[in-house]
Amino acid sequence: MENSIAGNIATIGYGLATIGPGVGMGIMIGQTQQAIARQPEVAGRLFTNMLIGAGLIEVLALLGLVAGFLF
Amino acid sequence: MFVRLIVTGALLLLLWLAVRKAKLVPGRGQSAVEMALDFVRVQIVEQTLGKERAKPFVGMFTVIFFTILAMNLAGVVPFLNIAGTSRMGLPALLAIWVFITYLVVGSRTHGVGRYLKNSLVPSGVPWPMLILLIPIEALQVFVIRPVTLALRLVANMMAGHIMLVLCFVGTHTLFLYADAVLKPLGALTFAAGIAITLFEVFVAGLQAFIFTLLSAVYLNFALDDGH
Repeated sequence: MENSIAGNIATIGYGLATIGPGVGMGIMIGQTQQAIARQPEVAGRLFTNMLIGAGLIEVLALLGLVAGFLF
Repeated sequence: MFVRLIVTGALLLLLWLAVRKAKLVPGRGQSAVEMALDFVRVQIVEQTLGKERAKPFVGMFTVIFFTILAMNLAGVVPFLNIAGTSRMGLPALLAIWVFITYLVVGSRTHGVGRYLKNSLVPSGVPWPMLILLIPIEALQVFVIRPVTLALRLVANMMAGHIMLVLCFVGTHTLFLYADAVLKPLGALTFAAGIAITLFEVFVAGLQAFIFTLLSAVYLNFALDDGH
């Protein structure tokens, strides 16, 4: 009876790479929601800022994807 | 490569059709295109840069936005099936364009020395910290900004393409070659494929928006006076 998993440890790398950005996204979107709930009149501006932040965070997750193709 | 030529042709045709008989009171097609142009101008460029400073750059950002949007949407058009932006060439070109633009604009408005000082030396830190901070800021301005700009777009479109391929190849394989027990799973992957197609349309718009918005933000950093 052999309980082994064949394969490369690098395969789970992208999964790991999504954890940090996932947490970051969650915090950012949650905070934006809270801010909009407190001050609905600046919702547009907040949403735009949220998208800028989303772009910056997203790159971190995508680096994991690109690294998977490179190495 | 061929996809890009087709998309460029389609985009030019669309814009030409819209402005061919431009009237003061726009028809349906013209007003739709005008709304899109206005969105880039007001929502992205003028909101970030301010009305006065935005004027010379509206054309550039409009070109960037519509090029990326059209190229991205090619990813979900049947028989084209791949986004023009999912290979490195085009996003790299656009990112280099933005990069050179903000360097040149920054140096022109402030002079080279002052522009470098503005962007590399954060104010209000004790001087020993500058030994650490100046390389970090230099890396940020000269490498990370343009590279991430291009990389974000490429990786997004490539990931979307791979997900679509995975779903539809999965459907094909499960329906035609799998055991009878596994065949119903094909319906699941097919539904996921449709859902991801719709998601890709959303991502295409979002990525065009983010690329243009971040370019405008970077340009704004270059134009801003020192802190």
